[in-house]
Amino acid sequence: MMSPVPGPESPATGAAAASSLSPAAPPLLQLRGVDKHFGAVQALYHVDLDLPAAQVTALCGDNGAGKSVLTRCIAGIHQPDHGEILWNGKPVHIRGPRDAADLGIEVVYQDLALADNLDIVQNMFLGRERVHRGLLNEDSMERAAAETLRNLKVTTVRSIRQPVASLSGGQRQAVAVAKAVMWNSKLVLLDEPTAALGVVQTRMVLELVRTLRDHGLGVMVISHNLNDVFQVADRLAVLHLGRKVAEGPVADFDLQSVVQYMTTGSAHR
Amino acid sequence: MAKVEDELGRTALDEEVEPTAAAEIAAPPEILAESLGEYIRAWGRRVAGGESGALPVVLALVIIAVAFEIWTQGLFLSPQNLVNLFIESMVFMTLGMAEIFVLLLGEIDLSAGYVLAVAAGIAGLLVQKPGPNWPWWLAIITALVCSGVTGAVWGLLVSKLHLPSFVVTLAGLLIMWGVMLVILGNAGVVSISSHILVNQHVLYQIVNGNIPPVAGWVGLAVLSLLFAGITISRDFGRRRKGLVAPPPGLTILKIAFFVAAGIAVVAVCNVNRGSSLVVLAGVPWVVPIVLVVLLLWVVLLQRTKFGRYVYAIGGNPDAARRAGVSLAAVRTWAFALAGVTAGFSGILYLSWQGGTSTNVNGGQYVLYGVAAAVIGGTSLFGGRGKIAQAVLGGLVIGAIYNGLYLQGVQVQWQLIATGLVLVGAVLVDTLSRRGTLSGSATRI
Repeated sequence: MMSPVPGPESPATGAAAASSLSPAAPPLLQLRGVDKHFGAVQALYHVDLDLPAAQVTALCGDNGAGKSVLTRCIAGIHQPDHGEILWNGKPVHIRGPRDAADLGIEVVYQDLALADNLDIVQNMFLGRERVHRGLLNEDSMERAAAETLRNLKVTTVRSIRQPVASLSGGQRQAVAVAKAVMWNSKLVLLDEPTAALGVVQTRMVLELVRTLRDHGLGVMVISHNLNDVFQVADRLAVLHLGRKVAEGPVADFDLQSVVQYMTTGSAHR
Repeated sequence: MAKVEDELGRTALDEEVEPTAAAEIAAPPEILAESLGEYIRAWGRRVAGGESGALPVVLALVIIAVAFEIWTQGLFLSPQNLVNLFIESMVFMTLGMAEIFVLLLGEIDLSAGYVLAVAAGIAGLLVQKPGPNWPWWLAIITALVCSGVTGAVWGLLVSKLHLPSFVVTLAGLLIMWGVMLVILGNAGVVSISSHILVNQHVLYQIVNGNIPPVAGWVGLAVLSLLFAGITISRDFGRRRKGLVAPPPGLTILKIAFFVAAGIAVVAVCNVNRGSSLVVLAGVPWVVPIVLVVLLLWVVLLQRTKFGRYVYAIGGNPDAARRAGVSLAAVRTWAFALAGVTAGFSGILYLSWQGGTSTNVNGGQYVLYGVAAAVIGGTSLFGGRGKIAQAVLGGLVIGAIYNGLYLQGVQVQWQLIATGLVLVGAVLVDTLSRRGTLSGSATRI
């Protein structure tokens, strides 16, 4: 259960990549007609969305479009009122974050949820520490954490024993992503991964997102920054006031049409 | 947290340079350095950058020692007085350890001083004859269990009902004060100084009994070998496996420092501090006993899941909660362990004084305990600190207490001096925290 991300040449990756290419295989995760309301407020209307393996899907939308609610439905924090969620083509009920983690769904929230006073290894294993005869098995955890970071090509940290407080914003994001993917996860949801990052660090995080995809993971990136979206996404979906108004390969969109979808819910060409 | 626009290439490049420089200050030097020289240079940069570690407290200890040595004309550093100082400091050290358990969570336990008093009362009363006349070990265990349960009650109120620990344990201070007055009854005094009753005598000997000088040296030799063996096998083993390890020179320096400190303590304690007729020499039993408790708590906090969660909750409770850590359970256990440790300092107090009375000033003791922890370098804001810091902090409090007492300074001036030292320690904590925060703000 605790194996790190498989390397690019491992057979698991090849299989995942192949399945995403064959047209018969269903997408990793599908939402079908998902409705969610809070009291009188309808947050999501009949949302259909596909999140295939080995592809980066960007979820765009203005504030209040329902991006967060949708993410939380997938993460198990909210349950949809109607509609279903299919995992590898089979209906599943995600009743809590634990269920999502068991399926292989991990979410990296914007605040990253790292403890500043703990080091990188301690943060990556927080809550799932390896224990040997009642004592923490630091050697084994350190090796696994180092391997995961190496597989994700995160090489800028000087020591994996440095406290997270001493890392840059991009490095923290990388640690949060590494923490999420080291548990055999298959789908990673990233909430605004490049917000508040500078150019160089943004580039590093986008590179990390591509690495995840190349390892065969499904990735959903929620972002306001359309530059980043066009740089990294394979597919794009736009929410407008709780409805999905567009979805497709990123080649079908340009900056102008996405902005129109986000602001008006339709594109006039 | 300002969002940096993509066009501002220069800002981004500056950012890229800064983390490494900042990391050298924020990260402990032993994980980055490859050699002892590099370690010392990294350490120097850290001190210059405001992350001074144990330096201020060691400096404070040296200054206090020199000042009192001059002021008391050589009395302060005499072997006899140094042993007294060790013994007095043991109560402050263990109270400091108790506080560190809760301070690491960002909480506080104000009841510890009167938990000490009640534990001393319980253990003292249970070995009275005529009276219960319980075996000494059962009296100790009972006192520790009662203290632990008390701490667990505060912990439950804090973690389940979300009451502020300051208020809960302030109420606890009053309650335990009352309990102490109730159990000590009208007499208000319990004595365990009988030399005939075995159970009283054993309790008395914990602090007042000495290890025979030769046994003291043998014990130190065994302890040094154990320490050296464990440290070398761990540090060099990790280095061999390609894991992060301190430079070899530092490992040797650590062992040398441990052995030197041990030799100094044993040598001082083994000087005859009685007369030529009645020889009084040897390391008091309380020293190895406190060392064992210290070791237990170090292992618990540094090497177990529970300890890791205590630090995680102190650093970022939300991160701990999302990682599936049961905050309520960890907090309750931490308060219970703080209670047990405070009870243990009560046993030491009882033994040291040869009894206890309603005059125990638990309110003052708890502040000395918090002061020992904070002076040692534990943060009041949670997440930062080590249990061993209570040892240095306790020595500082003990030294001030002892030195002013030697000089015949009245109690009001002792209080003022200790208070000033505490303010100084909190100031250092707050300033270094502010430094770290502003540092990370520029990094993000």
